[in-house]
Parts: sequence; C-alpha cells; structure tokens
Amino acid sequence: MFQESERREWMGLLARAPLALLEAWAARLPPQEQTWLRRPETGLVMVRARAGGTGAQFNLGEMTVTRCVLRLAGAASGVAYVPGRSARKAALAALADALLQTTARESVRRELLGPVRAHLDEEAARRHRGAQATRVEFFTLARETGA
Amino acid sequence: MLDLAEVSPGFTDATHESQAVFRHGLDALARPGTIRECGDVPAPPQGVHAAANALLLALLDQDCRLWLSPSLNGAVAGYLRFHTGCILVGEPRHADFALIASPAELPPLGSFHPGTEEYPDRSATLVLQLQALQDAGGWRLSGPGVRGATRLQAAGLGADFLAQWRHNARSFPCGVDLFLASGSRLCGLPRTTRIES
Repeated sequence: MFQESERREWMGLLARAPLALLEAWAARLPPQEQTWLRRPETGLVMVRARAGGTGAQFNLGEMTVTRCVLRLAGAASGVAYVPGRSARKAALAALADALLQTTARESVRRELLGPVRAHLDEEAARRHRGAQATRVEFFTLARETGA
Repeated sequence: MLDLAEVSPGFTDATHESQAVFRHGLDALARPGTIRECGDVPAPPQGVHAAANALLLALLDQDCRLWLSPSLNGAVAGYLRFHTGCILVGEPRHADFALIASPAELPPLGSFHPGTEEYPDRSATLVLQLQALQDAGGWRLSGPGVRGATRLQAAGLGADFLAQWRHNARSFPCGVDLFLASGSRLCGLPRTTRIES
C-alpha cells in the first residue's frame, strides 16, 4: 500500500514530466487493458495564490489543464491532471498513476519516476547555472572619514 | 471520499451522446405523453434506469443541486458527482433536480421548489422511475403539445398523484415538471399538461 503523500508526490512528478520521457517509458510497457472513466478533456483551472503580508487569497490567473481518469483491468484507477493541452500526456500520466498503485510500483519508479526526477533536477540546475552566469559582483570602497 | 473503484463509465462520446439525450428530453417535454426510446446509452449504476441515468448525465453540471430518493445508495451519488460535478442536497426543497427510484419514494410534489413568479424556470425538475410506461390505456392527457388528447399508462401512480398534479397546475406559471423513465424509455410531463384518469 502507499501513503496519500506518496501519491501526491508522484502525481506531481508525472504532471511535470516531459511527454518524450513518458512516451519512451510507455513504449517499453506490455499492452495494458484499460477502460476510460473520463476521456482526456482540456479545461481551465483558476489558480489561487496568497498575497504576501496579509496572506489574503486572490485569483492568480487561469491555467490550461488536461485531465482524465482510466481504470486498469485489475480495478486500479489512474487519475491525471497535467498542464497544457496534450491528451496523450494526460493518458500516459494516468496510466502511470494506475500502475503505481499496483504491484508494478517499483518497476515504474525505477523506469519512469527516476528518469523524470533526474531530468527535472538537471533542468533546475541548468537554469541555476544560466542565472549564475549573469551574476555581477559589486565592490564598495570604504570612504575615509572627514572627506 | 469518492471510491473510484465503484464508478462505472459515463458517455463514450460525450458531445454527441449528450446532445442526442438532450434532444430526447426536449421532445419529451414538447410532446407530453409521447414515449421516446433513448437507445444506446451508458450502463447505469445499480438502481437507476438507463433513460434516467442518461438524462441526468446530459443535464446536470456543477451548478445543479440534486436530490436522490432514499433507496439510491452512495454509489449512485458517487457516479453522478464524478461524471457531472453536481451538488447533492439532503432536502427536496433545495433541489434543482431530483431522481426518485420509484413512485413509493416520491415525496409530495409540493415539497419541491416551484419556482417564483419572476423566475418560474427555477423550479425543480423531477425524474421519476417507473416499472412500466405505455402510451395506451390509462390516463387521458391534454394541453400544450398534445394534439387533442393522448393516453398514458404510468405504473404505480394513482389518484393521490393526480390530486397533487392538479394542485401543481394551479400554481402556474410556477410548479414542477416531471420526466418519467422506465428502462430506456422516457416520457415528459410539463406542468401545463392536464391529466384525467
């Protein structure tokens, strides 16, 4: 069994996973029997945020989200909410979510979540390096007193 | 918490199927007493007739408040909430739509919201499931949408229902409208239809 926090974590990873990684993983899977509970549909979600200071909530803006729900033959249900309009990405993320709830969990962690985490870490590191390259050092001169 | 394992699929092709079902509902109310065969609709959850299920899938959305009669269990609520996003209410008078499993579970028609003089369309729409529905014998229907008169036999609805229906008509333009569902067959009774036994 798994904890809700684990599932939250892997669903977040799946949402941020690039489609290419999901496709590469899916290509190596044996064919899966699945039925749709909700076919991929794209819609808008209002993102809420908290203002600094008072912490009052406000509407940050709308984002495009694609979602779907499928059921595998063994009754595990996979749910996916992914940013963007890709129905394929939502479908693969839901498939991964479903498989992660079954005994195939370790294999999916190894083959998909591992590479996704590595990819996201590399992306973050690259952005950080790029930002660091623009860093400017300021040197201040101490003024002599009385001048 | 919703258990996804209990939820069965809804429409396969939501756009076309929901439009087809909507059309059936529209024609049912426009021609009261005629019986429409809903055809190929999703398998309903336990306790719900196919026509009633399809109609609610097509009509309900996240702004609609739904009342379910007592025998309709949690799986039905979970199914409709998942597929339509509707809000479930505990009291008939708070409902925009009501699904009643059988005539025995039908509360008095007066316990549903009849709309207001300014907004008579804010009344409740009831979907009542019956064991049998036939457009021969039984009641005599007349009124808008009915050419002359037509016959309707609705199993399980008796004199008490007719009295409540007459009372419903007296508050025109307010009042409730009724869909009768039996298996995959659908029939409409808008508040303007007169029923005589």
